[in-house]
Amino acid sequence: MENVIKTSVAIIGGGPAGMAAAIAAREAGVSDILILERDDSLGGILRQCIHGGFGLHTFGEELTGPEYAARYEARVREMGIDFMLNTMVIELHKDKTVTAMSSERGIFTVKADAIVLAMGCRERPKGALGISGTRPAGIYTAGLAQKFVNMKGYMPGREVVILGSGDIGLIMARRMTLEGAKVHAVCELMPYSGGLARNIEQCLNDYNIPLKLSHTVTAIHGKERLEGVTVSAVDENRRPIAGSEEYIKCDTLLLSCGLIPENELTVSCGIDMDRVTGGAIVDGDRQTSEEGIFACGNVLHVHDLVDYVSEEAVIAGRAAAEYALQGGVAKGDLIKVKIVTDGKIRYTVPHILHKAEDTTVYFRVSDVFRDKKIVARLGDRVILSKRKLKLAPGEMETVKLSAKDIAEAKVGEIRLSLEEV
Amino acid sequence: MERKLTCIICPRGCDMTLYLDDGKLISVDGNACPRGKTYAEDECTHPKRSVTSTVRTESGRLQPVKTSAAIPKELVFACMDEINSVVAPDGLSIGDAVISDVLGTGVDVVVTGKAI
Repeated sequence: MENVIKTSVAIIGGGPAGMAAAIAAREAGVSDILILERDDSLGGILRQCIHGGFGLHTFGEELTGPEYAARYEARVREMGIDFMLNTMVIELHKDKTVTAMSSERGIFTVKADAIVLAMGCRERPKGALGISGTRPAGIYTAGLAQKFVNMKGYMPGREVVILGSGDIGLIMARRMTLEGAKVHAVCELMPYSGGLARNIEQCLNDYNIPLKLSHTVTAIHGKERLEGVTVSAVDENRRPIAGSEEYIKCDTLLLSCGLIPENELTVSCGIDMDRVTGGAIVDGDRQTSEEGIFACGNVLHVHDLVDYVSEEAVIAGRAAAEYALQGGVAKGDLIKVKIVTDGKIRYTVPHILHKAEDTTVYFRVSDVFRDKKIVARLGDRVILSKRKLKLAPGEMETVKLSAKDIAEAKVGEIRLSLEEV
Repeated sequence: MERKLTCIICPRGCDMTLYLDDGKLISVDGNACPRGKTYAEDECTHPKRSVTSTVRTESGRLQPVKTSAAIPKELVFACMDEINSVVAPDGLSIGDAVISDVLGTGVDVVVTGKAI
């Protein structure tokens, strides 16, 4: 079997980002596209997200994860876009080759004109949390438990405590309850939830599951199987408060403590990274510091909504197509605008703009804020001001910068800040 | 009387204030769209929820399903019992009904994805 495959656009990952990027690249005129997917099916994490809430932006109706993925997969197949399943990419190189392996082909090389990174993210594991106590069975990340319940038909346990109030934790609180488990509490280290407000309402409040804000698990008990956890309140520095300990008997602890973009390939390729997002630094086309290598979806920054992943992937896929067809992306008239933020806005994507075109900037805030305005400035001039009644770290925000303002900024900075109304 | 309610219709999750008189909804504040008002009305009169889960297929695989519309909230667990006692024939695809008119609600339980 030929061990070098040539393609115009190679896409690493066949989840929502990879599929949307592939479709966009095809629509932009690239005939030769290859998606490399490590799992045995396209769809990525959506396959196990059997709950609803997907697609309101993209399709104007509420879909479950598998339905959302199926629409994209159908389009990929209709368009005759090539994909390889059970195929793991192990190296990414600056010359736009990737090394991949599968049991069918062994180790092989894909040589592409442009590459789109769409590897998604993974959950922060137990080992990264530093919880004291024993190491019994019964402790899972929420997404792993989701896979067990929704794809394997196994219940991880009956008496459950959840640490972390990310959306997957909230969704799993409801899912475990529906399947007959008792969820005793969701503990959140921060004074606010990391999940969407609607999920607090429909996953916890509907089932009277207590959300303990500013609480964490300080000890794990049990030798073979988890027998209980100690939960403690924490102070404003997130340190446990002595005397606040409470023992909760349980056989299962689910961890929903954050998602980490899966960027080993990106980092080892030498692409410039953003320490805040854990993803690559990109421009408006989602092009990384390596020309012809683009990134989108949760590998770039963790999204709350798959609809935004798809939107971002279209930008990356289209730009990758342009690069592959023309041997480069036109960068306009020497535009290089940095987006600079204050501490209250933690990061933006994109980070830098190379084209004077209307651009949506995605960002997250560092804390819960009420009634503030988002202000964009070019020098001293306010180019945009948008009032928001509520901002939270768990909910991604956007602002739209105009082509005219970007053109005027040229090689300077646009400053984004959160200010009093 | 006032009641606080988070809208669950879309990810925006509007914080709404409901003004009630003798349990009857008079007006709603804080909703960004009319769907919030409809949701608030339902919450005050007859709350409804959609249910998503999985069913076993004849060949022992798992297949994701959902209710084709929201059902009365108090029937959610009974609906789960129905879902967990049904065996779906093999070969169903997205949109096919596994249970018709579940619990007399007029709502079907339909397939949402491939059997795994």
